[in-house]
Amino acid sequence: MDSYLLSIVIWLPIIGGVVVLSTGSDDRAPLARQLSLVFSIAAFLISLLLYTGFDTTTAQMQFTEKAAWVSAFNIYYHVGVDGISMPLIILTTFLTVIVVIAGWEVIQEKTAQYMAAFLLMEGFMVGVFSSLDAVLFYVFWEGMLIPMFLIIGVWGGPNRIYATIKFFLYTLLGSLLMLVAFLYLYHQSNSFNILEYQDLPIGITAQKLLFIAFFAAFAVKVPMFPVHTWLPDAHVEAPTGGSVILAAIMLKMGGYGFLRFSLPILPDASRELAIFVIVLSLIAIVYIALVALVQDDMKKLIAYSSIAHMGFVTLGFFIFSEQGIEGGLVQMISHGFISGALFLCVGVLYDRVHSRKIESYGGVVNTMPVFAAFMMLFAMANAGLPGTSGFVGEFLVILAAFKVNIWYAVLAGTTLVFGAAYTLWMYKRVIFGDVANDDVKELKDISPREIVFLSLLAAMVLVMGIWPYPFLEVMHASVEQLVAQATANKI
Amino acid sequence: MTELNIQPILPEIFIAVMACVILVVDLYIKQSGRGISYVLTLVALFGGAYLCWHDISAEPVIALNGMFVDDVFSDVLKIIICLLALLVFVYSREYIKARDFFSGEYFVLGLFGVVGMMVMTSANHFLALYLGLELLSLCLYTMVAFQRDSVVATEAAMKYFVLGALASAMLLYGMSIVYGLTGTLDIETVRESIREQATADNITLILGLVFILVSLAFKIGAVPFHMWIPDVYHGAPTSSTLFVSTAPKLAGFAIIMRLLVGGLEDLHFMWRDMVVVLAVLSIALGNLIAIAQTNLKRMLAYSAISHMGFMLLGVLAGTANGYSAGFFYSIVYAFMGLGGFGMVILLSRADYEADELDDLKGLNQRNPWYAFLLLLLMFSMAGVPPTIGFFAKLAVIQAVIEVGLTWLAVVAVLMAVVGAFYYLRVVKLMYFDPPAGEVRAIEAPADFRFLMSVNAVAMVLLLPVIGPIQDLCNEAISSVVTAF
Repeated sequence: MDSYLLSIVIWLPIIGGVVVLSTGSDDRAPLARQLSLVFSIAAFLISLLLYTGFDTTTAQMQFTEKAAWVSAFNIYYHVGVDGISMPLIILTTFLTVIVVIAGWEVIQEKTAQYMAAFLLMEGFMVGVFSSLDAVLFYVFWEGMLIPMFLIIGVWGGPNRIYATIKFFLYTLLGSLLMLVAFLYLYHQSNSFNILEYQDLPIGITAQKLLFIAFFAAFAVKVPMFPVHTWLPDAHVEAPTGGSVILAAIMLKMGGYGFLRFSLPILPDASRELAIFVIVLSLIAIVYIALVALVQDDMKKLIAYSSIAHMGFVTLGFFIFSEQGIEGGLVQMISHGFISGALFLCVGVLYDRVHSRKIESYGGVVNTMPVFAAFMMLFAMANAGLPGTSGFVGEFLVILAAFKVNIWYAVLAGTTLVFGAAYTLWMYKRVIFGDVANDDVKELKDISPREIVFLSLLAAMVLVMGIWPYPFLEVMHASVEQLVAQATANKI
Repeated sequence: MTELNIQPILPEIFIAVMACVILVVDLYIKQSGRGISYVLTLVALFGGAYLCWHDISAEPVIALNGMFVDDVFSDVLKIIICLLALLVFVYSREYIKARDFFSGEYFVLGLFGVVGMMVMTSANHFLALYLGLELLSLCLYTMVAFQRDSVVATEAAMKYFVLGALASAMLLYGMSIVYGLTGTLDIETVRESIREQATADNITLILGLVFILVSLAFKIGAVPFHMWIPDVYHGAPTSSTLFVSTAPKLAGFAIIMRLLVGGLEDLHFMWRDMVVVLAVLSIALGNLIAIAQTNLKRMLAYSAISHMGFMLLGVLAGTANGYSAGFFYSIVYAFMGLGGFGMVILLSRADYEADELDDLKGLNQRNPWYAFLLLLLMFSMAGVPPTIGFFAKLAVIQAVIEVGLTWLAVVAVLMAVVGAFYYLRVVKLMYFDPPAGEVRAIEAPADFRFLMSVNAVAMVLLLPVIGPIQDLCNEAISSVVTAF
């Protein structure tokens, strides 16, 4: 069982997705819901074994499995996790449970297809984080687009078709360039093994071109300024569950890609082009935060805030210090919880009032006090309040930035002001004040089902904010090795 | 060489004899008993495939005074051609019944076409190759024209015939020039003779090569010799489109292997750049024009053109890996095309052709399973993982990168994104749009539904065995490449 653990976490949700899909029509929707809950919880519990059985003292890949797949091209079914990917896998399985619960009553049409799409996507996403073979990685990376394309297109808002096709083509274009990069690396090394690429000597020109190809794929996913424009559209149109997975996990794949490919495989190009990435990250942090400030749509505001927070992540990575990378990683996980929670909060309001506009609300605290308390916590965490998980990552990255260049730190630090401004201003306009209209007057406070998923997320935000040690501990050895690789010369 | 060894050509003989038998038997049965001819046709195709399988030989066997070669490549291809033709007839049964051409002639033409393709795959001599090609083409012209009251179909058949005859003439002309230079029609001897005179300033040889290449491009429908494809695919009855767009593509690949690679490989330095032009234009134009189509059959026709461009990427690499990738691509494409046009037949009814893109609107609400099948086929054609179409594209792109043509890989990849758009539009119509007009149930016989499902689901379920399939392609190709 132990050696197949990772495969089980990948394939159980995929099999579950097929089973749920086969329940068919909406007459059997309750069965589809129950089955998806069972499968997602099972996958989450099994993925916890990855944490308990994890050896924190080594940077080696653990739980590895390797089997020949396409021998003509040396393609293997090769999976394994280290301290960087393991927390992201657990984040994925955890959030899928949340999404299934969140869609429980909301999705009344084609329920089986909706739930199945999320389960299939869960399997693909875990596959992305655990693949050690480039082709396998690519298959999961792209395969994930198909369910997301359908989720936005079928259950999305009024402008969903434009948004979902834009989303698909944007990401496909970036990914295909990455594929060419993989094929080039294969041609150099006669292998698709990602770990072997890390020891492969590559000339500086080739490194730069490969870096750009990888950058095209990862920057679109993160998304970095200026290729971020698909994100607000996709987020606004996606159903709540889709937004949660998009923000909480799909964006993290871009960050993960930088750590798994760009930094260790192309260290010289990464260092030379770091300034380029850092400038784009700072633009995201400052400019996108200002853009977020003027949004009148709550989902759009959180989407822009995601871009700004992901700017922190890439900034942390391209400082090439342990502190920066660990900060970026913590920020990724923390942002997964916070942005997911905020999208769920908007979803809670949207399900009742059917508006995402800030101006449609006001004084919600009068009718929904429990909800207001939860949202308060998540808004504060989004603003980076100490004691919440949002603070840890930002603090580490700013600290690391200080050591490199004080201006990076100063510009990055503005987020503490802007982040607080756009989040709390939105919170104030939506929650506080007098009851704005009849819709708000008739609001019912959150149901036990909604309390369940919000409190699960609230617990994670607080635990990570107060005691981040367990998270840092698992990633430390891997990050140490990564920094050594990223600062080595390869030419 | 002088003794008559019929063992290697037994499958062809069997199918040809069966075709004659069906022709005779068909005279004596009434329309209500026409099913007998149909069953006999399936038996013939299945028997042909079985005989090839039974006789699969590790060593190439040359038969009929050097006219004919039986190697792993030809055996694998013949099995697939027979299976494809068999599926085509199963898919089209109800369709042709409803349109009053469920007749013995249709099956006999199909069988003779299959014999033609089998001869093409095994040709070891210019004459044999040409005869096989003509046998196939004449059958196809007639099958396209079969709905004789339909103006579109007749027009399509005329275009097909005129352009096809032109291409055949060019092939003959090219062959005769090569014959003039080498003094032989035997492909092996041609190869040896060409090796001695393959210089860049041999104008006559270049002329012969260009004529041969142009005719090959005509036959597989590569830009700029593609004009007949959209009209024929669109105009022909969908059952004939299904036939034209699947197995003959494989036979086209076979004659490329026999002529261009088997006979003229020493001219690779000359034809590589010509094929690069054909491939780039096919991929680009095919994908771009497909976007503007509103008819599903026409869209799939342009998509076929771009797929042939991708297949040529493998061929132009000029390595065993490249040919193998091209081979794999043609096989995968044949089954994707079969599924795609098969869906058009599935959605059609007796009085109605469901070949407009708008007919797909809201298919997910009308029948989620069929929508899912077409979704798999579309993503496979677009080359999006986790479908087998992705691995086909991966193989050909890998082959061109291997020979240092990275720019070509980047062009192909960019055009694949453009292509993704119109495949996505089909998915969009099925999943995101509400059904238009009155909703009628989609009816199809159980065997058709089952085979169609297997056909489409195979796009994903074959993933674990992709390794063995590609090994088989490698083995088949090495039997051609090392045979000389």
